[in-house]
Formats: sequence, structure tokens, C-alpha cells
Amino acid sequence: MKIKTLLAGTGIALALATGAFAQDPTKVGFIYVGPVGDGGWTYEHDQARLAVEAEFSDAVETFYVESVPEGPDAERVITQMALQGADLIFTTSFGFMDATVNVAERFPDVKFEHATGYKTADNVSAYNARFYEGRAIQGHIAGQMTESNIIGYIGSYPIPEVIQGINSAFLHAREVNPDVEFRIIWAYTWFDPAKEAEAASVLIEQGADVILQHTDSTAPQAAAQAAGNVITFGQASDMAEFAPFPRVSSIIDDWAPYYIERTQAVIDGTWESSNVWHGIPEGMVGIGEITDAVPAEIKASAEVMIEAIRAGEYHPFTGPINYQDGSVWLEEGDVADDETLLGMNFFVEGLAGDIPQ
Amino acid sequence: MDLSSINPILLLASLMVAATPILLAAIGELVVERAGVLNLGVEGMMITGAVCGFIVAISTGSPWLGFAGAALGGALLALIFGVLTQVLLSNQVATGLALTLFGLGLAALLGQGYVGIKAPPVAKFPIPLLSDLPVIGPVLFRHDPIVYLGITIIAATSAFLRYSRAGLILRAVGENHEAAHALGYHVIRVRLLAIMFGGACAGLGGAYLGLVRVPQWTEGVTAGAGWIALAIVVFASWRPWRLLLGAYLFGGVTVLQLNLQAAGVALPVSYLSMAPYLATILVLVMMRSGRAPGSLGQSFHASR
Amino acid sequence: MIRLEKRTAPSQFWTYAAPVLAVLLTMICGGLLFAALGNDPLITIRTIFWDPLFSEFSWYYRPQLLIKGAPLVLIAIGLSFGFRAGVWNIGAEGQYILGAICGAAVGLAFYPTESVFILPLMIMAGALGGWAWAMIPGLLRVKFGTNEILVSLMLVYVAQQLLASMALGAMRNPDGMGFPGSRNLARYPSATSWINEGAGLHWGVVFAFVAVIFAYITLSRHIFGYHVRLSGQSPRAARFAGVNPGLLVLVCMGIAGALAGLAGLFEVAGPSGLISIDFNAGYGFTAIIVAFLGRLHPIGILLAAGLMALTYIGGDIAQSNLRLPAAAIQVLQGMLLFFLLAVDVLTHYRVRIGTRKLA
Repeated sequence: MKIKTLLAGTGIALALATGAFAQDPTKVGFIYVGPVGDGGWTYEHDQARLAVEAEFSDAVETFYVESVPEGPDAERVITQMALQGADLIFTTSFGFMDATVNVAERFPDVKFEHATGYKTADNVSAYNARFYEGRAIQGHIAGQMTESNIIGYIGSYPIPEVIQGINSAFLHAREVNPDVEFRIIWAYTWFDPAKEAEAASVLIEQGADVILQHTDSTAPQAAAQAAGNVITFGQASDMAEFAPFPRVSSIIDDWAPYYIERTQAVIDGTWESSNVWHGIPEGMVGIGEITDAVPAEIKASAEVMIEAIRAGEYHPFTGPINYQDGSVWLEEGDVADDETLLGMNFFVEGLAGDIPQ
Repeated sequence: MDLSSINPILLLASLMVAATPILLAAIGELVVERAGVLNLGVEGMMITGAVCGFIVAISTGSPWLGFAGAALGGALLALIFGVLTQVLLSNQVATGLALTLFGLGLAALLGQGYVGIKAPPVAKFPIPLLSDLPVIGPVLFRHDPIVYLGITIIAATSAFLRYSRAGLILRAVGENHEAAHALGYHVIRVRLLAIMFGGACAGLGGAYLGLVRVPQWTEGVTAGAGWIALAIVVFASWRPWRLLLGAYLFGGVTVLQLNLQAAGVALPVSYLSMAPYLATILVLVMMRSGRAPGSLGQSFHASR
Repeated sequence: MIRLEKRTAPSQFWTYAAPVLAVLLTMICGGLLFAALGNDPLITIRTIFWDPLFSEFSWYYRPQLLIKGAPLVLIAIGLSFGFRAGVWNIGAEGQYILGAICGAAVGLAFYPTESVFILPLMIMAGALGGWAWAMIPGLLRVKFGTNEILVSLMLVYVAQQLLASMALGAMRNPDGMGFPGSRNLARYPSATSWINEGAGLHWGVVFAFVAVIFAYITLSRHIFGYHVRLSGQSPRAARFAGVNPGLLVLVCMGIAGALAGLAGLFEVAGPSGLISIDFNAGYGFTAIIVAFLGRLHPIGILLAAGLMALTYIGGDIAQSNLRLPAAAIQVLQGMLLFFLLAVDVLTHYRVRIGTRKLA
């Protein structure tokens, strides 16, 4: 095997070259699907990378490649990082899944972490965030804040993660306001400011006074601000520049605790393959400050819910919950299992319309 | 399904706003193409304009200076294209595509450090009296000044091409550059000016996205709007007023689609999104007047 | 005053010297850019242009050049016929997508049957898909005189929407937990286009080289090549020489579409593996630039595609090794293209300094 001998050779060369230093920094690579300047998904991953650097300073060296298309380039870039001696590589988009698993087969000594996927291997972990926990809080606040009883929801693609969010937000809005209804727009994009702005304007024109978004740009916030009496929630990043109004709270993707933990595990030699789905308790889903635009008692009850989720006392999908057609999904007191949630392709009772296929 | 929740007045008003960025970029490209030059770099000029406008607006605090900066930035980028294609006679299709690549990269580099900052607000400017008219008032006369500027540029361009001597020369250059040259017109000078005008308009369109619609700097903020602008020019058969129609049709399909979704109508979104492009092809085939300017895309060298 | 004077024949010297000059100019300007961004210019230039070919890990990067370059070569070769004949197909991106969709559809329809006939069938479907998509602007031009630049461009957007609906609907992987995207064809032995993944070899690479040879022979030896060149230089003369202009348009569009379709099929069945919403990474547009950089000559296209592939691969290395932003690489590529396009003027024109001589 030519490749193996070459690899062994370079390994020796590396060992010789770095032998002079007492301790060789742990190298951590990151593959991003968008530019670090997108202000949303990739931006938050990069913030977490910076947090890893800050935490370990000289003991860790990080590097990244941004705007990697989810095709053949991904595999090349991941391999390139492994060749350059990365000890741990985070691949931060669903579309990198197959590429990550492929490369991992060829580099058994390198650890891989793939975000939002479901495939794992001895040296590949999967990690994802329970964004629906944050959606429960949004629904709880939105249901009480709305005066028109119409809540607009901008979805990206009809995939389980987004459907979980819609169901979770809706259940908790209905819980506090039986008259509330959801208007859902599928934007068919994760990031297209002009289209998101239009979607938000349309929802507002149709009477929505709360906009929830599962797309990454701040355009819906701006549209709400222009409309004047509409509230919004930040998505992916805090979007604090729109606080205290229209943005009254936010879901923040906070990858830093997980990245620091996994980097530490590699340094300690205790890294093991895992498949985690973290949420508010572990700090992967952060809830941005609830501003004073929200009345104190609503804010207080939202905080109670946050704490209940944080303590593991409350699961947002706790029965009784029915399917859209009225048949029973979860009996009183039952809690949804992760497998059903991960493949969620149905609306709960009360939501109108079909999920596009 | 609840179609009654769609308010046609608000729908039309939001259409006016949604169409403005592509309208601005498209009117610039229209002039460029009428001068016989095909510049496929609209997306690159738009996003460069967006970032230049944002930087100027942030550092001066004035969105209006921002728009001026955007126009300047777009025009300067377009000048690269102009020099390459007009003076150094490079192929326009390839150069335009390269301009998009360059512009996207340049904008991202310039924009580093401006992520997550909010732009100074652009106030709406309801036109006195007219904005109080029923129906027409809210649809047409309660917007920000750039919306009016877009329509003004269309009107001015239409008048310029139709009635002015310079407009006649520009059209002559676009239809047959050999003949225009023989008549003593400066083909290259006319085209360079047209290209810079196109860049300035694209820059304004980009800045409208970055300063009004979003209003923030994020990489990829134009998200393909420049390509739609190219399509609209064709749809309009190179006529300024039809451009307005085209921009409203393209914007309208999106806005209507979103409206129907929000009203609970199940839609095959992908197929609906194809519709304006298919309509454009149909227009190209049907309209006899839908003929492109005679010298479109060809290099001109005086010694030929 | 500086002015240009058309050469009677393209300069031999500048044909070869101009690209070298352009690369040197790019390195100088790029170096200035990198220095301004706080990177060492020499190291950065070396990382992008030299390291993929000759460095510790070049055994890995060299095959990657084949993977990255093959679709560019295939598409650009196809386009070069039309561009020579004055047929402006700029919708190769759409033809690439259709080739991938049609080819993948055949592969997915047979899943999980194993048979040696599946890949050949997919190849045929891919070529046909791209061909059919290119026939739309071709036929419209021949029948109605519609501008093919614009029609082929419009069809790119249509193809992208079609791709999205396939990834989300008809071709969605039933075992994929509801995520958009098809099954992975690279993991389906009868459908994969890989021959040897470690060596960067898939059928697309083979076809790309075959296409170069085929194009070279056709253009220099065959009557069709002569007709193509004649039509580009003088449509009137071509008509006198017995060229059927409508047929020529259709054949040129057909070749371009079929090759772009093939490129899409090989990509989806190999390096990319699956149909996803943004499966198309812009190869169709980059190939247009490659075709012009290669002066529409088969060997030139091969070299130009290699150079583009080099900057992509070297650019990614520079990003992770030197922390260069992706945008800086894009700017560098843009500059490289500008210079390459600009210096071509030296091949066809003489630069004269002084006033115009009286005739």
C-alpha cells in the first residue's frame, strides 16, 4: 500500500519535526458550509471555534475552511485537514455527512464530529441541537403576546428539524392561547435576505403580529421593525441589534460548550464516538435575553419553563398530543422518543395545511 | 385556506418594494445591452455596491451618502469590465462571469468587520396629498425615496433613449457599431459610459438590499438577484417601461406564491418558481420586437 | 498615444507567452493583496500554485486535480465547438444539472439491483438529458431566430428549480430521515462512476481525455471542424461552402449539451454521490471561462482546466494552513481570469506607440 507507507513516512517526519517542542498543540479543524460572515449558522460555529482558542490558548491550534460546497469538495477539504495533522475535525453541515464518514475510514486516528447528521463510526461522532426546546419558549411567549391571534412562521425546507420547531412552537402557543393559529411559509432556502423579507411582509400583511423564523438572515427582523407593531425572535444568533423591539428573545446556537468539551477529550485521550442531541440543559441551545417589551408575568412564566427544561423536568413534546387528523400520538404524560422526533414528518393537531412533499 | 386574508393593496405595495433592487440593476443592464455590450457581471456589481454602500453609510451615518458610495463602487467595478472588453477586446461573456467571481470575493473581503452591525435607517417618504388617495396612495406613494428613484430612472432612461440625441447615438452603437463608427461616433467611449452607468445602477440595487431590505451586511446578501435582473432585461425586450412590468412579474410570482402559502394553499413551489423564466423564453419566441440589439456581445475594434 | 493594430495572423510567440505573463501578473498582484491582508505573499503564492503539485501531500492533491478538472474539461470542450461557430450556449450549468438528474434517475430506478448494464444506461441517460436540454435553445434559434444566449441562461434557473424539487421530492432518499437529497450512488457498486477513488480516477476523467482527443482530431482533420471554424469566421463563406447553418447550430448545441450532461452524470455518480439541492457547484459557468482561457483549443482547455483546478485546491489549502479567507481566493481567481483575458490582446494585436500612420 503506497498510501499507507507514505502516511507512515510523513508521520515520522512530523514526529521528528515537532519533537523539539515539549508539547505539541492539538490541532482542531472546522469545515463550514457558508462564509464566516453570514451572521447566522456558520458565524455561530466560528464563534465557537474562537471560544475553543480562547479556552486552550497555546495548547490548541484551530483552522478552518469556509464556503465549502456540499459535494466533492467537502471530501477533499476534510482529507486535506486530516493530512495536515488535524487531531479533531468538526464538519458543520448535514450535507458533509457522507464525506465525513468516507474520510474517517481512511484516517482511523483522527476524530471526526459531524453536525446534524445521523451516521456515526468508531471515530465519527454526530451532534445536534434540540432547537425545538427553544421553539417551545418562543411559542409560549408568542401565544400570549399576539393580539391578532395569527403567528407567522417562516420555514426553510420541510425537513424534520424545521417541522419539530413548528410543532413545538404551536403546541406551546395553543397551550396559553386556544385561539391562536399559525401561518406557515416555506421559503425553500436557508439564507436569502430578499426572499425572507418578502415572506415576513406577506405574513404581516395577512395579519400576523408575531414572526417566527427558521431561516438565518435578519431580513424578517427588519421587515417587522418597519411594520412597527410586530414582534420577532432571533434565530441562530442573538440578533441583539434588533432588541428590545421587535426582537424580544432569541434562540442562539451555542456550540462552544460542546466544542470545548470534545477538544478537551481529545487532549486527555478520552474521546469516544457518541451521538448526542443536546439542548438547553447542556447549553447548546441558548435563549437570548427576554426584553422588557414582554410583560413581566409572561417573562417570568417563560423563565420558569426554561428552568424546567434545563432541569430535565419538562419535555416540550409531552402528551396528550394528537396527530393533525385527530388520532392519538402521545397519551397523557407520555414523552416523545428521539427517533420519532428525528424523523418527524407530520403536523400536530390544530395546525392547518400539509407539509409539502 | 383563507384567501380573504390576502389584501391586494398591501400586496401591490410590497411588490413595489420587492421589485426595486432588481429593477435598479436591470435598468442599468438594459442601457449596457442597448449599447451592444453583454455584461453578465451584474451579481458581482450588485454585491460590491451593497458593501460599498454599507461601509459608507456606517462611517458617515448617512444612508444617502451610502447610496452614492454604492453607485460609485458599482461603477468602478464595472470600469474593470469596460477596460477589459472595450480597450483590451476580451470576450464579454467570459469577462462578465469573471467579474461576478471577483465582485463576490471583493465584497466579502471589504465587508469583513461589518457583520452584525445595523445600518442607519432609511425613512419612508410619503408623497404629500398623493399618498392620501384611496387604493393608489398606499400602493404607489408611501414608500422610501429609493423606490421613487428607481421609477424615475426608468422614466429618464426611456426618455433618454427615445428622444435625446445621445440616446440615439447609444442605440446606433448597439445596433451596428461599424456603421456608428463610420458616422464618426466614439463607439468605445459611448460603451464605457454605458457600462459605468450599468455598474452604478447595479450598485444602487445592491445597496437597496443592504441598507433598506435587510438592512445589514452579510456575505451573499444579493443571493442571485443580479441573475434575475439579467432575465428581466430580456423579458422586457430591452424596453425600459416593460422592464417595470417584468420586475413586477418576477417579484409578483414570488410575492403571490408566498401569499398563497401563508393563506394555506398547498403549492408546488419549485414549479411555480420556474414560471417567470419560462414566460421569459416564451416572450423571446413570441415577440418580433424581442430582438436583441444587433451588436450585442460583439467586440469592436476600429481597424476591422 | 497607444493604439492597437490587428495582426494578420495571431502571434506565435504571444500565444504561448501571454498565459505565462498573465500568471506572473496574477502572482504579483495577488502577492500584494495577500501582503495587505497580513499574509506572507511568497508563502501564500507557493501554497496555492506549488504545494498541490509538489509538496509533502501532493500524492493526494494530484489526483484531486483530475477530479476537479474533469467536469471542466468535458463541458468546456463541448462549448468550444459552439463558441468557434458563433453559437453561444451559456447554459451548460443547466445541461449539467439535467444530465445528473436523468442519469441518477436511471441509477436510482434500478436500486438495489446489481448489473453491469446499469452504469452504461446511466451514461446514456445523462448524455441524453443534457442533449435534450440544449436542444431547446438550439431549436428555438433555428426555428424562430431566438437568441440562444438568453434562452440557455433562462433554462439554467429552470433546471435549478427542477433539481430542488427532485432533491426534496421524487428522488429523496427513503432512508434519509426526511432530509433532502437522494441515495448515495457512489455507494451503489453498479452505479458508481469511480474506477479508483484513491487515484482520482472515474469514468468522467476517462471521457474528458477522450473528448480532448476527439475534439482535437475533429477540429484539425475533419470536415465538420472546418465547417465550424468557417462559420465562426464568415457565416456567408460557410454557406457558400455548403454548410447548413441550422444543422450546424443544432450539432454544436447537441455536442455541448451531451458533454455537459455527461459531466453532471459522472459527478453525481462519483465525487458528489447524490442529488442534493445545491449539487451544482457552478462548473457550467466556470467551464465557459475555461473554454475562453484555453483559446477554444482542446489542449488549451486541458491546461486552463488544470490551472483553475489548481487554484481551487491550492486555495483551500491556503485557507486552512494560512488562515486566508475564502474571499481572498475568489479575488485571486478573478484577477487571474482578468489578466488571462486581457493579455490575449497581445496575441491578436500589436501595441503601437505613436500617432496613426496615414494610409
